[in-house]
Amino acid sequence: MEEIKTDSLKEKDEVSEDMQLLNDVTKNEYKWGFITDIESDTAPKGLNEEIVRFISMKKEEPEWMTEWRLKAFRHWQKMEEPEWPNVTYPKIDFQDIIYYSAPKRKPQLESLDEVDPELLKTFEKLGIPLEEQKILSGVAVDAVFDSVSVATTFKETLKEKGVIFSSVSDALKEHPELVKKYLGSVVPYTDNYYAALNAAVFSDGSFVYIPKGVRCPMELSTYFRINNEETGQFERTLIIAEDNSYVSYLEGCTAPIRDTNQLHAAVVELVILENAEIKYSTVQNWYPGNSEGKGGIYNFVTKRAACRGNHSKVSWTQVETGSAVTWKYPSCILQGDYSVGEFYSVAVTNNYQQADTGSKMIHLGKNTSSTIISKGISAGKSNNSYRGLVKVGKKADNARNFTQCDSMLMGEKCGAHTFPYIEIENNTARVEHEATTSKVGEDQIFYLNQRGISSEDAVNMIVNGFCKEVFNNLPMEFAVEAQKLLAISLESSVG
Amino acid sequence: MLVIKNLKANVEGKEILKGINLEIKAGEVHAIMGPNGSGKSTLANVLAGNGGYEVTSGEIYFEGKDLVELAPEDRAREGIFLAFQYPIEIPGISNATFLKTALNEVRKYHGKPEATPKEFLELLKEKSGVLGMDPQFISRSVNVGFSGGEKKRNEILQMLMLQPKLALLDETDSGLDIDALKIVSSGVNVFKNKDNAVLLVTHYQRLLNYIVPDYVHVLSQGRIIKSGGKELALELEEKGYDWIKNDELIEENV
Repeated sequence: MEEIKTDSLKEKDEVSEDMQLLNDVTKNEYKWGFITDIESDTAPKGLNEEIVRFISMKKEEPEWMTEWRLKAFRHWQKMEEPEWPNVTYPKIDFQDIIYYSAPKRKPQLESLDEVDPELLKTFEKLGIPLEEQKILSGVAVDAVFDSVSVATTFKETLKEKGVIFSSVSDALKEHPELVKKYLGSVVPYTDNYYAALNAAVFSDGSFVYIPKGVRCPMELSTYFRINNEETGQFERTLIIAEDNSYVSYLEGCTAPIRDTNQLHAAVVELVILENAEIKYSTVQNWYPGNSEGKGGIYNFVTKRAACRGNHSKVSWTQVETGSAVTWKYPSCILQGDYSVGEFYSVAVTNNYQQADTGSKMIHLGKNTSSTIISKGISAGKSNNSYRGLVKVGKKADNARNFTQCDSMLMGEKCGAHTFPYIEIENNTARVEHEATTSKVGEDQIFYLNQRGISSEDAVNMIVNGFCKEVFNNLPMEFAVEAQKLLAISLESSVG
Repeated sequence: MLVIKNLKANVEGKEILKGINLEIKAGEVHAIMGPNGSGKSTLANVLAGNGGYEVTSGEIYFEGKDLVELAPEDRAREGIFLAFQYPIEIPGISNATFLKTALNEVRKYHGKPEATPKEFLELLKEKSGVLGMDPQFISRSVNVGFSGGEKKRNEILQMLMLQPKLALLDETDSGLDIDALKIVSSGVNVFKNKDNAVLLVTHYQRLLNYIVPDYVHVLSQGRIIKSGGKELALELEEKGYDWIKNDELIEENV
C-alpha cells in the first residue's frame, strides 16, 4: 500500500494577481439556487421504528418490505458513523432530520399538463423543460422531485420492449418479485452506516429492468432535486440488466441554496448478467455551500455494480462538481469470468468543498479487467482526495487493472491527495497505477490569452482538456452539460 | 502602428528594459538583435502583456491605443501576435479546437460572425499547406509531443490563421535546422504585406537571410544602442556585439 500526498505550497507573503482572480471565484454564487413552493406531505423530525413504519405505510409497501426496513434500522442503530474519510464536518444530528416528504400529486398523470405547474417551472429554470426533452432528445425522463416520482414519460415505448423504468415504489406494486429478488443483493443493509440508514428510510428512486436480449432503445435519465428544507434525501436506485441486454442510464442533479446542511445518502445497485452491459453516467451538482463554506449538501453515497454473468460489463462515468462534502466510491464486483469494470471520474472542488471519492474494483472471476481514470480538480481552499481499492481474489486468474489518478491544482490553498489501496491474492494479476499532479500554469493561460482567449475561457479549456478522457465516455448531450457545469464551478478561477 | 516611448519594465523586481524608444510603421519589418540577457524577449513579452513583466514607466501606443491599459487577450484581438520562443503545451485540447476558438474570439471582437466549420477548414488547409504541415496535426493536442520545429511551425500557422497587424517573433529561428528555418521564413514572407508589420527578435543574423528586415536595432542592457538598415546585421555578424558596446562606451565618454 502506498500513499501519495501532494499539498500545494502555501505562500502568504504576497497577494499576486492570480490570487486576486482566485478571490473572484469565491464570489461566484451558485446559479441554480431557488426554492420551489410546493405543499409538502412530511413526516415529523427524527428517526425511530415508528417513522420507518410511517414511510413504509405512506408508500403502501408490502409487509416484507416494512420488515426489511425495520431490520435495516435496527442494524443501523448498532453501527457507528465512519470517520476514516479524509473529510471533516460537524456531527450530524440524525434526530434533527425529516425523513419523509412528498409533493402532493394527483393520483394518475396521463400527460405533462397534469404535472404541478410549480414543478414544471422548476425544471424550466434548470433549463431542462420536460416537454422539450421529450420532443428533442428522445430521452425518457423519470423526474424525481424531492422524494416521490412525479412524472414518468416514454413508458409506452419502453413497455413495447419489455423494459421497466419506474419509481421503486411503483415497481414494488407492479413487480414485487423482481424488487424482492434484487433489492439489497448488491448493497446489503449491513454494508455500511449510510447504506443501512438508506435501507431503513429510503423514500424512492428509480427501478430499471432490461429483459434478456434487449438493447434499451433510449438513454434513461433521472433528474434529482432536493427541495424541502431540512429534508434528508435517501434515494435508492436498482437496475437489472438480464443476459445480453444493454442500457445507458443518466443521472443528473442540481439543488437550491440553503443554510443548513443537508444529508444525502443514496444507494445505487446494478446487477449485470451474462454478456450484458450497463453504462451509468452521473453529473452531480448538489449545492456546494457558499464561498465561506456555509451550507451545502453532504453526499454520502454507496454505488455498486455486480457483474454476475460472464462477459458482463459496467461503466461508471461521473462528473462531480457539487456537495459540501462528498464520500463516494462507485464499485464493481467482477464476479463473472471476462467481466469488465470501468470508472471514469471528474471531481471538482472549490471554496471549502471536500471530496473523498474513488472506486473499488473487486476481481473475483477469471480474466476480469478494470480501468480507473480519475481526474481531481481542486480550487479555492478545497480538498480533493482520491481513494481507490483494487482487489484481486484467489481465483481471479489473469486479472488486470489500470489506474490513473491525475490531480490539478488551482491556486495555492487547495489540496489534492491520493490513497490507492491494492490487495492482490493471485500472482497472475497485473495491476498498474499511475498518478500525476499538475497546476494550471500561468504560462498556459497567457499563451491562450495571447491568442485572444480570455482567462476564464482559458481555464475552462485547460480543465476540459485535462478531463477529456472522462468526458469522452459521457453521452454527447451529457458531456455538453458537464462542460457547462465545470465552467460554472470554476468561473474566474485562475491560479 | 506601434510607438514605444521611454519604456521601462521589470521582471521580478529587476529592471530589464531601461528606456526603449521604437516606432514601427505598417509595411515594415524590424529586427531586434542583441546578446543574451539584453532584454529582447522581455520587450516582446511586455508588448504582448505577459503578467510576469511589469511596465514601470513609459508609453506604448498601438494604432493610437494605450497598450499598457489593455488585457493580453484584448491586445491579441487588436492584432498583436506573439510567436512564442517556447510554445506552451495544452494537453487534451486539439489544435482544431484551439485555432477555431482563437479565430472566433478575434472575429467576435471585430463584430464579425464566427467562422463556419467549412470556412475554418478551408482556411486551415490553405495556411497549413504554406508550411507543409501534416493535416493529422489538427487532431493532436496543442503542442503536446511536438518536436521543436513542429512547435515553431505551429506558431507560424497560428499567425497565418489569425492575420494579426503586428507579429512579434520571439527567437522563432532558435532550434530550427536549415530546412525548418526556410519553411518558417517562407511563412513569414507570405504573411507580410503593406498593412501589417513584423518585429523579429533574434540572436543570429542567419534568420535575416530569409526574412529581410527594413530596420535592425541592437539591444544591450535594456536599451537600443544602435539602429540601422539590414547591413547592420551583417556587420554585427562579422564584428560581434562588443564592437558596438565599445563604440557606445566611447560615445558616452566623449
